[in-house]
Amino acid sequence: MSGPVTVAVIDYGAANMVSIARALDAVGARVTVAEDASGLAGADALVVPGVGAAPPAMAHLAERGLSQPIVDWGRSGRPILGICLGYQILFERSDEGDAATLGLLPGRTVALSGAPTLPHIGWNSVEQVRPHALFEGVPAGTYFYFVHSYAPVPADEADVIARTTHGRPFVSAATHGSLYGLQFHPEKSSDAGLRVLVNFVGLVEACRAGRAA
Amino acid sequence: MLARRVIPCLDVDKGRVVKGTKFVDLTDEGDPAELAERYAREGADEIVFLDITAAHERRGTMLDVVRRAASRAFVPLTVGGGVRSVAEMRDVLRSGADKVSFNTAAVATPELLTACADRFGRQAVVCAIDARRLPTGEPDRPGNAAPSTTPRWEVVTHGGRQAAGLDAISWAELAVTLGAGELLVTSMDRDGTRTGFDVELLAAIATRVTVPVIASGGAAGPEDFVAAVRDGRADAVLAASIFHRRIHSIASVKAAMAAAGLPVRPIDQAQA
Repeated sequence: MSGPVTVAVIDYGAANMVSIARALDAVGARVTVAEDASGLAGADALVVPGVGAAPPAMAHLAERGLSQPIVDWGRSGRPILGICLGYQILFERSDEGDAATLGLLPGRTVALSGAPTLPHIGWNSVEQVRPHALFEGVPAGTYFYFVHSYAPVPADEADVIARTTHGRPFVSAATHGSLYGLQFHPEKSSDAGLRVLVNFVGLVEACRAGRAA
Repeated sequence: MLARRVIPCLDVDKGRVVKGTKFVDLTDEGDPAELAERYAREGADEIVFLDITAAHERRGTMLDVVRRAASRAFVPLTVGGGVRSVAEMRDVLRSGADKVSFNTAAVATPELLTACADRFGRQAVVCAIDARRLPTGEPDRPGNAAPSTTPRWEVVTHGGRQAAGLDAISWAELAVTLGAGELLVTSMDRDGTRTGFDVELLAAIATRVTVPVIASGGAAGPEDFVAAVRDGRADAVLAASIFHRRIHSIASVKAAMAAAGLPVRPIDQAQA
């Protein structure tokens, strides 16, 4: 296979789905929108958007028959990028409404603590704790746009790529295998955000090449 | 550290950017999507579109503006004006906006804030408060005989034409309780006058709520933005005409804020 990678953006009613699709299109990916499990066919990677609260998001995924297919996709080693709430629900549970979430990554989502303002809205610096291909070409401390009140606590420190401080530090980017999660919105973070999406598309290409070999 | 945001505001009438003084004497200042892209490139942290189109002249023009802007400017977009229901908010968000700002509609139907926050999350719900300072020494509201000794502001709606009969500080607190995740506070005394933000008003509200406060109305020079954040405790500063007419740039405002020790997002950190 060659040509641009195909990224299926999960459409389960999340308001930022359209913006994510546009940003992925702007960085050269072929974008499809998956409203149900059939929409995943032919994709090289999934992107799980999300803004808002965990319990209704999980209910919407279940209604559309998408929860288990996303879990199966992740367990098979194919790439998934979760953004904001889409990142949080990759973990096992969320304290927001005490919701069981997808459980692809060990850990749980908790409320931000010690924050001077909530929700945490605005541009904040992302401190990379180790080099990772997702942040290639992104200088240390680059600002990205955040809109949230909760953040995941990965059980495994090895999964942490970056932290950000609002009150106390939280994990703003995490990865495990081919699963990637960003608490900030790359689709709304101007050139820095588009650069992270370029890097994600590059990781998807490498994964596709690896599977074909 | 969370950066203080610099936000250009585009007043949109029938799909075109306009700017007047105190909501009158409108002049055409350009295409909203084109201006949004320009501001994003110049370092704007967010763009606010305020739809001031008369209700009977609206035909989805704002949704088209948002769609075009969101395809060109990859920064947060807020839309205010004319959204009166959960369904209308959904359409605006699905067009590519991140937040919707409610002003007159929230005063008329406060539970709208709750309904929208329940559906889309409070981070997407902005309550815009247009506040007018009450003369000192006057009764601070109808029926209250005692003259005010501390500064007081009343809420006005319909572009400043009507008094809502609400105290601005109390309304700010109530709006947050109901579901607003952010407050856009405009001084109607200062709007369009280039005499500086009403820092007292901002501080009075910001010290009583935990959500971010966006300062609006009266920006003249970079020092006003510094004052709004440092003394008014605003999380973000918004202006229109000084940016549109290139009196000051986003960069010069951010430079002044950085020089004053305020955290700002540097421009051009990473190239896509």
